[in-house]
Amino acid sequence: MTDTPEILVIGGGSTGTGIVRDLAMRGMDATLVEQGNLTHGTTGRMHGLLHSGGRYAVTDQPSAKECIEENRVLREIASHCVEMTGGLFVKRPEDTEEYFEKKLKGCKECDIPTEVLSNEEARQLEPYLAKDIDKAIRVPDGAIDPFRLCVANAASAEEHGARIETHSKVVDVLVEAGEVVGVEVEHASGEGKRVHGRAGGREKIYADYVVNATGAWAGRVGDMAGVDIEVRPSKGVMTIMNVRQVDTVINRCQPKGNADIIVPHETTAILGTTDEEVEDPEDYPEEQWEVDLMISELSKLVPMLKEARTIRSFWGVRPLYEPPGTGTTDPTDITRDFFLLDHGDRDDLPGMTSIVGGKFTTYRMMAEKISDHVCEKFGDRTDCRTADVPLPGSEDFSVLRDYMDEFGLRSPIGRRSVQRLGSRADEVLKTDGPNPTVCECEGVTRAEVRDAIDKAGSDLNAVRLRTRASMGNCQGAFCCHRMANALAVEYPEPVAREALDELYQERWKGEKHALWGEQLSQAMLKHLLHATTMNRDRDPVRRGNEIDFGAFDGGPAVGDDSGATRAAADGGRRDAD
Amino acid sequence: MPISEDVVVVGGGIAGSVAALSAAETGASVRLVTHKKSTLRHASGLVDVLGYTSDGDGPLVDPFEGLGDLPEGHPYRVVGEEAIREGLATFDEVVGDEYLGGHTDANALVPTHGGAVKPTARYPRAAAAGIASDDRDMLLVGFESMTDFEASLAAAHLDAAGVPFEASGVTVAFPRNFRADAKVTRFAKALDTDEDVGGRGTREALAATVEPHLDGAERVGFPSLLGDDRRHEVRADLEAYLDAEVFEVPMGPPSLPGLRLEDLLFAALDAAGVRISSGNKAVGYETDDGEVSAVVVDRKGREIPYHASAVVLATGGLVGKGIASSREGVREPLFDCYVPHPDDRYDWFVDDAFGDHPFTSFGVVPDDRLRPTRADGHAEFENLFAAGGVVGGANVAAEKSASGVSLATGVVAGREAGESA
Repeated sequence: MTDTPEILVIGGGSTGTGIVRDLAMRGMDATLVEQGNLTHGTTGRMHGLLHSGGRYAVTDQPSAKECIEENRVLREIASHCVEMTGGLFVKRPEDTEEYFEKKLKGCKECDIPTEVLSNEEARQLEPYLAKDIDKAIRVPDGAIDPFRLCVANAASAEEHGARIETHSKVVDVLVEAGEVVGVEVEHASGEGKRVHGRAGGREKIYADYVVNATGAWAGRVGDMAGVDIEVRPSKGVMTIMNVRQVDTVINRCQPKGNADIIVPHETTAILGTTDEEVEDPEDYPEEQWEVDLMISELSKLVPMLKEARTIRSFWGVRPLYEPPGTGTTDPTDITRDFFLLDHGDRDDLPGMTSIVGGKFTTYRMMAEKISDHVCEKFGDRTDCRTADVPLPGSEDFSVLRDYMDEFGLRSPIGRRSVQRLGSRADEVLKTDGPNPTVCECEGVTRAEVRDAIDKAGSDLNAVRLRTRASMGNCQGAFCCHRMANALAVEYPEPVAREALDELYQERWKGEKHALWGEQLSQAMLKHLLHATTMNRDRDPVRRGNEIDFGAFDGGPAVGDDSGATRAAADGGRRDAD
Repeated sequence: MPISEDVVVVGGGIAGSVAALSAAETGASVRLVTHKKSTLRHASGLVDVLGYTSDGDGPLVDPFEGLGDLPEGHPYRVVGEEAIREGLATFDEVVGDEYLGGHTDANALVPTHGGAVKPTARYPRAAAAGIASDDRDMLLVGFESMTDFEASLAAAHLDAAGVPFEASGVTVAFPRNFRADAKVTRFAKALDTDEDVGGRGTREALAATVEPHLDGAERVGFPSLLGDDRRHEVRADLEAYLDAEVFEVPMGPPSLPGLRLEDLLFAALDAAGVRISSGNKAVGYETDDGEVSAVVVDRKGREIPYHASAVVLATGGLVGKGIASSREGVREPLFDCYVPHPDDRYDWFVDDAFGDHPFTSFGVVPDDRLRPTRADGHAEFENLFAAGGVVGGANVAAEKSASGVSLATGVVAGREAGESA
C-alpha cells in the first residue's frame, strides 16, 4: 500500500501525454485514458509547425515568448521529432510595409532571432517563391511530428510507471459527495493493447484527482461532471502536397488570414488553413471551397502549387477558449493562450481541473504548469524535469551517423528509418532474417511495422501513425494489405481483416478531397488493386453471403498439363460435389 | 516516306490488341501505337466478364445471365452478348491452352492473394489447380521476404468464406537468398534456370522446403512467381517432387501473369501482321473534313503524323491516362472527346471507400458503332472508334468486368474501323 496519490488524465494529445509524463517523472501514480489513438483529436490534425513565436509576435507577445522558449527546449529533448527547417514571413507587394516592420520589431522584442532577406536572397533560399515578392523575414520555425512526440511522451510516462489506455472513452465522470472521484471508461475492445473483434468492457477508474485535457472535447467531459466549460471549437483545413515544394516554413506576412502557411513535413508539404467556428468537434462540414482556397491563396506565394498534386486534405478543430463574457465573434481573434480551470475554485466541485486553449508548441510548458497545480494539491514539491530529460528516441541522437554505418543503411529507406527511430534504431532494426520494405512511398520496413504492432497492438492506424506507412503518394494502395499481413503473425484473421478495412477507410477519408489529376488516377489504381485484383469490395466473407461453390466452374475436364516435361502427380479432375 | 495505314490503334492493352487483331481480320493494314508498358503489369492476369450485377448481387455463376440487369449505356448493352462471346473467342484463340475456363459459361472462383474468392471467366493454366470449387485440400506457401502474400492469412480467409476444402498456410524461406526487396522476376528467373543451390536445383530445393508442411494436401499454391518462359516445366517439376498439384495465386503489381498475357497478345499481333510502334506517345491528331486523318506521335521531340483511314482509341481509363481530370473537369485528352461528369467535384466520389464511386465510370460515351460522341449525341469524328477503359458507363471494378469490356469493345471497334477504312 502506498500513499502516492493516483492521478487520472483524460486525453491522449500533446497536453495529456505531456502531463502524464511530467506527473510520472515526479513520482505520481498516473493513468491516462484516451478515446481513440494517441493524438486522436486536435494534435493529430495539425500542420506540424514548431512555432518560432513569429506568428504571435505582433498580436500576442506573451505567447510568442513562450513559443521561442519551448522551441529551444523541444529541439533538445525531442530532436528525433523535430526538423529545423527555418521559416520565412514573406511580404507580397499588396501586404503593408507597416505590418512587415511591426513583425520585425515584435520578433526582436520577444527574443526571436530574425534576418531580413531581399527578394533575391529569399528566392535563393526557396527558388519556387513567387518572383514578385518584396522581401522576407527569416525566423527559426521548424517542423515537428506530433505523433512521434506524443508516443515518446507516453513511452517515457510508461517507463516511469504510468498506465496508458487508448481506445478507452470516458462515458461518465464519477462524483461522490460533491467531489470528483474518478471516471468510467468504455474500452473499445479489450483492455490494454487494442484487439479488434473482441467485446470491450466498462471499467471504473478511481483517482485522487482528475485532469481533463481533452481540448475541444473538454465541454463534453464537463457535462458529465455537471460543470459548464464553454470551449469554442474552430475548424481548419490542411491540404497535403505529394512533394516538398519548399524546404522552409513559408508564412504570409500579413495580420491574419486564411491560407497563409506552408509547412514542409517529411516527404510532403502541408498547406494551411482556415479558421471557422463549429458546433461539434466531431461532426462539421469538410468543404471543397476550403481546399480550393488553400491552393489559390498559397500559390500567390509559391505559384507552382496551382498545378501541383495534392494527396489528401484533412480538417482539425482548435480547442479555443475565452473566459465567459469576453464576447469575441471572430475565432481568429480568440486568444491562443491556455486556461487552467480548477473546478473546485470555479464550480465548487473539487477533484478535477480542466485545461483548455493553448498551443501545440507550448504543450510541455502547459503540462508543467498543470502538474505543478496538481502536485501542489498533495503538498508535493518535486521539481519538473521534463525540460531537461530527453524523450525516448532522442537520448543520444548524435549517434545517427554511426547507426547508419553499422546497418549498412545507405539507401533512402535506411536513412529515413533511422531518422524516424532516433536512438531506438538499434533495438528496432536489428532483426534476424529478411527485412523487406512494406511501404515504398515512406520507406518503412517490416521490422519497423512489427515494432509498432508490438507497441500499439492490432490497430493499424496506430501503426501508421508510428511509422508513416500508408501516408505517402499512393495512400496505402500498395501497403495497407501488407501491414495487415504483418498483423497476421500474431493476431487471428478476422482481427487483421477488420484492422485492414479500418485503415483503408481512414486513408480514403482524406484522399477523397484530392481527387483530380494524378491523384484521381492513383485513387483509381488503388481501387482496382483492392476491388478488382483482391475483390475486397465484394468479398463474400465481408458480405457474409453463402456461396454455392458446386455451381461454379469446377476445373477443366481433362487432367493434362501441356508444356510439362514431367508427368504431373495427378491432374485428374475432381467433381466439385 | 509518310506513315500511312488503314487503321491506327492507339493503346497496347487488351482492348487495343484485340481491336488491332479484329481490324486486321477485315483485311485492313493496321498499326498499333503504344506509349509505355501497358497497365497489364498491374493486372492479375485473370480475365473477368461479369461477376456481379450493378446492384452488387453475386457472385454470378453465369456472367451472361447478369447482362440484362446492367444499366442503359453500359458498354455491354451497346455491343450486345454476341460481341462478348466474339471477344472471348478471339481471346481463346490468342492464348491457346495458356488459359482455361472456355469449357463452360460458368464463372470460376479463384482465390486472390488477400484470400477472398473472385468470379472470373478465364484463368491462367498456372492458376487452374487453385480454383475454389475444387474440393481437394490446399496448402498455400508464402515467402519470408514477400510482404504481399501472407499464406496463413489467405488460408484462414478462404476458410471463413466456407470453401469446400481445408486450406492451410505456411511461410518458408525461399531456397535462394536475394536482397530483401527482390522483385518477383528475380524469383521467377531462379526457378526458370533452376539455379544451383548447394548442389541441387532451386526447384528441388524449394520442394524440399515445402514438403514437410504438406500434411496430406493435394494441391499447393504459391504466389505468381513460378518461372516465366519455362513456367510449365517449373510447375511440373514441383508437382513431381511434391506429389501434389501446384498452382499460382494471382498477385498485384508487378504481376507476372499480366506480363505473360501481354507477351501472348503481342505475339498474336506479330502473327497477324500488325505493325507495332512502341515507346512513343500519341500527342495529337490532324483532321480533314470532319474525319481524323492522322494521329500525331511524339518521336523524341519530333511530331510525326501517322496517317489512317480510321482510328481506334484504346488508351485506357483514369489509370492509363486515357481519361484526364483537373479541378476544372474531366476530359479525354488526346482527341478532346466529351466525358460526362458532375460539375461538383464532391459528386465524383462517395464516402465509403468501397462504395459506388461515379469516377469509376468516367469515360467517353459511345454511339452504337462505338464512336465517342459529343454532348449532343453526335459522333465526335466519323472515323474514330473507342474500346476498353476509355469507354465510360461501366463500373468495371465493382462488376469484375474490366477484361470482358475490353475484349467485347475491342472486337467491335476494331471491326468497325477495319470495315470503314
